[in-house]
Amino acid sequence: MKHIFSAFLRDEPRVLTRVTSLFARRGYNIDSLSVGATEQRGISRMTFIAEAPDYMADQIQRQLEKLEDVLKVVNHAHEKFVDRELVLLKVHVNPQTRLEIRMIAEDFRARNVDVGSKSYVFEVTGDEGKITAFIEQMRPFGIIETMRTGRVALSRGSNVDISSQVYEGSSNALEHPLADISAKA
Amino acid sequence: MTGSEALLKTLEAHGVKHIFGHPGGAIMPVYDALYDSPIQHILVRHEQGGGHAAEGYARATGGLGVCMATSGPGATNLVTALADAMLDSLPILAITGNVPSPLLGTDAFQEADITGITMPITKHNFLVRNADDISKTVAKAIQIALEGRPGPVLVDIPKDVQQAQTNAPITQPHAKAPRLEPNPETIAKAVALIQSAKQPVLVVGGGACDAAPQILEFAKKTGMPVITTLMGLGNYPASDKQWLGMPGMHGSVASNRAISQCDVLIGVGMRFDDRVTGKTSRFAKNAQIIHIDIDTAEHNKLIPAFIPIHSDSAAALEALTKQVSYLDTPEWWLKLEDWQARQPKRPSWGAAEAIKMISSKLNGNDIVVADVGQHQMLTAQLHPFEQPRKWSNSGGAGTMGFCLPAAMGAAVAIGAHDGGDAKGVRVVGIAGDGSSQMTIQELATLRKYDIPVKFAIINNGYLGMVRQWQEMFHSRRYSEVYLEDSNPDFPILASAYRIPGFAADNQADLEKAIEMWLSVDGPAVLEVRVPQEANVFPMVPAGKGLDEMLDDDPKFLETKALVPA
Repeated sequence: MKHIFSAFLRDEPRVLTRVTSLFARRGYNIDSLSVGATEQRGISRMTFIAEAPDYMADQIQRQLEKLEDVLKVVNHAHEKFVDRELVLLKVHVNPQTRLEIRMIAEDFRARNVDVGSKSYVFEVTGDEGKITAFIEQMRPFGIIETMRTGRVALSRGSNVDISSQVYEGSSNALEHPLADISAKA
Repeated sequence: MTGSEALLKTLEAHGVKHIFGHPGGAIMPVYDALYDSPIQHILVRHEQGGGHAAEGYARATGGLGVCMATSGPGATNLVTALADAMLDSLPILAITGNVPSPLLGTDAFQEADITGITMPITKHNFLVRNADDISKTVAKAIQIALEGRPGPVLVDIPKDVQQAQTNAPITQPHAKAPRLEPNPETIAKAVALIQSAKQPVLVVGGGACDAAPQILEFAKKTGMPVITTLMGLGNYPASDKQWLGMPGMHGSVASNRAISQCDVLIGVGMRFDDRVTGKTSRFAKNAQIIHIDIDTAEHNKLIPAFIPIHSDSAAALEALTKQVSYLDTPEWWLKLEDWQARQPKRPSWGAAEAIKMISSKLNGNDIVVADVGQHQMLTAQLHPFEQPRKWSNSGGAGTMGFCLPAAMGAAVAIGAHDGGDAKGVRVVGIAGDGSSQMTIQELATLRKYDIPVKFAIINNGYLGMVRQWQEMFHSRRYSEVYLEDSNPDFPILASAYRIPGFAADNQADLEKAIEMWLSVDGPAVLEVRVPQEANVFPMVPAGKGLDEMLDDDPKFLETKALVPA
């Protein structure tokens, strides 16, 4: 089963190495990983996806939480979440394909961010299925290159409104995930 | 104040009295400051020795062990000891010098990326880039090393940072975190399960070193049998009849049978290491497992816990003891007593007999440190450990060469070298002819500070444990294990270090030699020459279940070849 996690990291040198070296030495299979700054200074947030059975997902979470610079790890499998990915895609165009490509892009709400005489660059955001579908639609026209950010995720605030969406316990989706361990931070 | 002075003042503020170290170019400012410091530095002859000494020190006291080395090769020589301390959860502070900051990352002379290298084998590590940060970083490092599940922490300080001036205040020790108490609901569930047990067993590991009184109380209240793992030996008195011995690969018949047949297993401060469990699918197959550990990542890591209890072991046992009542299990005890009586047959003279004889001259207060190999397993099997923190060995890592420096660290910790508060406690090291030679240079350190370690070398002329495996699993193809043709004469080697050396190769001589060896005022070496091809049994072959244990050496049963005429 695929598990999607959010990890909150202290913004210290080598923190990413500590995390990835742990994945590597314990043999955890990570599909995608994406890191960025948060609204709090000194704290980064990482979304990563691991293909693992449930007991292994717990191990990943606990082993990560043992690292000094990892403040908290949330496994989103326990509640509803929104996830998005962004892709930049450069595709060949010619007078014959130009219109069709633009129509497909419109269907996917892709933004055309670079218009060349022989190529377009599109920016698309969406969940994994949408991104994959878009890439497949573009493939016949000749994709030159793509770059995907990897998925990023947040738990849904609406977990609070619809309690049946929360698999166990009550949702604290209206609080910052670090609220309960601010002392440690 | 320089960064170096800030470092030493911080260590002083944390009660550090000894540092095991070796100087070199990139740590010289600290050594200069050490010249005026009340902290005693023990000059080891190899940084690995310093690391193991810090481990022995930590194990004997329960407090922090400190080791120090220079950059590059000095730092990398600490690596084995840090990996060892990580696996055995020992609180170690390692301080390393590094090349001056502007040279970091330029492949400078004696540069090694020691924070990168030790990332997977330390609990945490730091590279200090500013002298103002030294004191607070070292205080934090010490806190991390000691809190929760202990472990090694490394602080790397570039030379210019050691030299730089700082006005930052000296950070005082952080307040100890409150004891982690168990969840009362989980305790209630565990109590219900324990009360329902017909064939219960308590398995105690090294993480319960500071919970010996609570273990005894729980065991006495429930009447439950107690097993202590290799790292947990001494956490329950060996003289008590509820004690079944050590489990695992070379565990006792009673322990392994009890685990295989129990219906409830309570693991306390232990981590279900593969040497304890054997094949996991056959481990405690009929049991529901209660696992008490302060490190929640250990729960369900290797063996699924029916009831995981995230808690300090003493706290959890206290909570359980309050609610449990006596378990009347006469049929279980009938079986257990039968198994307890089953001891492996051993030759009348050999390593086992020699270790038994040494052990018989010691008392429960003495500290016993083993190296790694057959003698280690025999010592674990045969020496009756009565108290915690009286036994030190390299359990998780199996580091050959651990014994001599770790024994040295233990002896320094109890003040045996300066007529301090050792109170007649002796420190005895038991090593093999192979393992002892990996750190034999530390005899010089024993001499230098007159550290009264009594070091025994059980010499069977082989890398005995490897040879045993080759005999059993590689058709006696003894590949690269023979040492007899090139072993030093150990008593002469000892005397080269100006340490008295004794030797014996039979029972009568050994009796006398042990007396002389133990009565030396200061360090002493004893070599015991024993028959070459003896094996350690019982044994669970690698990859087999505990229930597939071989109680006795088949070779010994068939030929009696090991019994001298």
